[in-house]
Amino acid sequence: MASLVGSRVERKEDKRFLTGKGRYTADINIANQTYAAFVRSPHARAKIKKIDTSKALKASGVVDILTGEHIAKDKIGGLIAGWAIRSEDGSEMKCPANPPLAKDNVNFVGDPIAVVFAETLDEAKAAATLVNVEYKVLKAVTSLSDTMKSEAIHEGIDKNLCYDWLLGDRQKVKEAFDKADKIIKLDITNNRLIPNAMEPRACVIDYNTASEEITCYTTSQNPHLSRLIMSAFGGVTPENKLRVVAPDVGGGFGSKINLYNEEIVCSWASKKIERPIKWVAERTESFLTDTHGRDHITHAELAVTNDGKFLGFKNETIANLGAYARVFGTVTPTYLFGPCATGVYIMPAAYSNVKAVYTNTAPVDAYRGAGRPEATYTIERIVDKAAIELGIDPIEIRMKNFPTEFPFKQTLVHQVDSGDYVAGLNKAKEMADYDGFADRKKESESKGKLRGIGVTTYFEACGIAPSPVVMMLGCGVGLWESAEVRFNPTGQVTVYTGSHSHGQSHQTTFAQIAADELGVPIENIDIVHGDTDKGTFGMGTYGSRSLAVGGVAIVNACKKIVAKGKKIAAKMLEASVDDVEFKEGEFVVAKSNKKKTIGEVAFASYLPGVRDEVKSPLPEGEEPGLIESSFFDPANFSFPAGSHICEVEIDPDTGEVKLDKYTAVDDFGTIVNPLIVEGQVHGGLAQGIGQALYENAQYDESGQLITASYMDYTMPRADNLPNFDIGYTCTKATTNPLGVKGCGEAGTIAATPTVMNAVINALGGQEISLPATAEKVWKACKEMKKSNSEAA
Amino acid sequence: MKKISLEVNGKKIVKDIPDHTVLSVLLRDVLNLTGTHIGCDTSQCGACVVHVDGKSIKSCSTLAVDVDGSKVTTIEGLAKNGKMHPMQEAFKKMHGLQCGFCTPGMVMSAIDLLQNNKKPSDTEIRDWLEGNICRCTGYQNIVAAVKEAASKM
Repeated sequence: MASLVGSRVERKEDKRFLTGKGRYTADINIANQTYAAFVRSPHARAKIKKIDTSKALKASGVVDILTGEHIAKDKIGGLIAGWAIRSEDGSEMKCPANPPLAKDNVNFVGDPIAVVFAETLDEAKAAATLVNVEYKVLKAVTSLSDTMKSEAIHEGIDKNLCYDWLLGDRQKVKEAFDKADKIIKLDITNNRLIPNAMEPRACVIDYNTASEEITCYTTSQNPHLSRLIMSAFGGVTPENKLRVVAPDVGGGFGSKINLYNEEIVCSWASKKIERPIKWVAERTESFLTDTHGRDHITHAELAVTNDGKFLGFKNETIANLGAYARVFGTVTPTYLFGPCATGVYIMPAAYSNVKAVYTNTAPVDAYRGAGRPEATYTIERIVDKAAIELGIDPIEIRMKNFPTEFPFKQTLVHQVDSGDYVAGLNKAKEMADYDGFADRKKESESKGKLRGIGVTTYFEACGIAPSPVVMMLGCGVGLWESAEVRFNPTGQVTVYTGSHSHGQSHQTTFAQIAADELGVPIENIDIVHGDTDKGTFGMGTYGSRSLAVGGVAIVNACKKIVAKGKKIAAKMLEASVDDVEFKEGEFVVAKSNKKKTIGEVAFASYLPGVRDEVKSPLPEGEEPGLIESSFFDPANFSFPAGSHICEVEIDPDTGEVKLDKYTAVDDFGTIVNPLIVEGQVHGGLAQGIGQALYENAQYDESGQLITASYMDYTMPRADNLPNFDIGYTCTKATTNPLGVKGCGEAGTIAATPTVMNAVINALGGQEISLPATAEKVWKACKEMKKSNSEAA
Repeated sequence: MKKISLEVNGKKIVKDIPDHTVLSVLLRDVLNLTGTHIGCDTSQCGACVVHVDGKSIKSCSTLAVDVDGSKVTTIEGLAKNGKMHPMQEAFKKMHGLQCGFCTPGMVMSAIDLLQNNKKPSDTEIRDWLEGNICRCTGYQNIVAAVKEAASKM
């Protein structure tokens, strides 16, 4: 049997999605369900003076209305930050309480205040408009640069500052800067984005009055953690009385890592009103209340020698947390950002200082890449600026500063186990025909167009684990992953994983891995995920961790199955265990033709008695059955890396940026399924390009989100993007037996600086802020024309 | 309330529905055809695309009463005798879907394109699908799937 790892296996999950049989949360209906509609704050910052539900309670079909008073009375806890980050002075971070329904204060437009349950959705929505809330409206804090000078929005949190964090050595950086020939300075804004999974958030809750169990069907990347938080911090019900199911989930991109207000409120309320509850977000509700991403302002400095060697790097950033700190809110702009800000380079001295602040906007948390896109944008933009100022080719300056020996001790935290950055950039250069750019530029110019080329090299720390490290850095839980492999008596295999697929294709890739390990046809292997009642605990899917952590747990559980199977086979074949080899699904006695298939061994493991000639196949001390589990906690993160090159053509009359060519060369270690990895890269690139050219979440001064629909928030569409050229180099990860590194976030991390470097190159080095919309580019073109004519 | 009669995926349907019921709600909540998805409130995302009398429309912004007497085909109605439509097969072969949420609308829209243009270019495919947002794939494999289907249909 040929190995499936490395093969373009078509997806096992596709048929149900393609025939309309996917089962998403909003597709679930439970007999006698009520419909929930939330009353949300229309103000960014206000005190709640009075909530009057009397009129709404009398409206048609209303079953009940609950408010923050009820939450407080029942002692239902709120949402939490998952990582404790300390300030440079050693003090603990400051986090406000975030009750599931606001009782006294509201802190962003969309903050939920009350919930109406009614017999129909129309009735619930109509009654929600009758809930009368009196507010004392306060001045909203929305400008990131002014936040620390503004009035504190949360009591006891001075300057709206959650923490003032430092990683690195200021003194060493000062010494390095003193030796520099030149200091390159850059001020950038990493614009705020909205993840926009196409499936809006939803939950359907079923309270079983007999068993007193709550089942919460929800749109989560992370059902086990949602159950833990809802029980341990929400106090909704004990963990063993709560089942969280994340069925088919229509994309997450980080926005569905968090447990949300609506899930806590509806789970608690279902028990209270003893009725099932269904809530589905409208798109604008998603825009207002899903966690957002990015939103940094950064001042960076790079100390260089005249010949382009890097000596030191400073990163001073203000990061917006929004109104509240959520699960990955505090770690995204620190440990997921700071260490990667020195990029792939040898950087003798560096520090990252991040001030994370609260504003009257939606909470900001992990969005695809989480911290690493912001880091890569910072370093790759300033490296390009250094190339421009020093008159060195952008590829040459990068090559000069690459490490060539691995493991490579990166400046701020990471010990990068493997990589070959030189090979990656050389391959990208060749695939992109970098040397032919000058001719293409001339051709564009002959048509009155501007042409630019942009380069990025990146690395990222993903495969988010290892527990001892992340817990030392402040994580509230261990980030291992679990797997259980059950060999059924009749030969099929069920694999339970604690990670969750919401587009990542685990049903296929994980089955490929198990098929190779067990020698069982892939058709006979089912991957089960997303249900806290099925399988062991898990830590969910984000940070490109599913394969590098969860996939390896599956491998390890399979190895235990084979080890036990070997003992059983030895007994059945009357041979010594040491003489039994396992190969392609068969246990074979060395130098003989005696063998048993793994299916036969599995069947026998469930029949441990004596019948006729058959003696028990179980060696003494072995328990019946063939079921094994494993928890995997790697020794280190994994470190994908790559080089991307793109070319843009700009029409100076309209400012329109046409993305003409995009080449991505990535090193993901072992590739389990090239078909799926290509899809992950394409999707990641689209999101990174979206940030560079189209997407921007914008609040006005009063804290109204003015990009709260697809008419105002520009999603990349089919006609905005080119076909991408994808290539790979491969150095295997040394910290897991598969050699895999993770591929989900790479495209998003690399694409934004690659495109912006190309746009800025086309504009003759003129700085432009994210996103490079037609309007901004048109203005920059006019500016360029003006300065060119002045120079002439 | 109004009585409407439709043919949905070849089956005759007669229902009394409130006048303001949109077609997507009729399909999902009344007929339990949950393959048609709702991804936005502004007729922008295209997850709800179905065929009415053979033409693709956004069912979230079509009143059910306005299609009274029509033939409606949804994603559930494409496969015949357990065999998927060539467009569905092509999406699978070319990995034209990831989370699957936009997929039903994307497939229905793409089939209508090929009814109008048997051998569309990349640019024509991308222009046609401009009304369907996908957040997962970056569209490249969707375009490849439509071309693959065009070669088989």
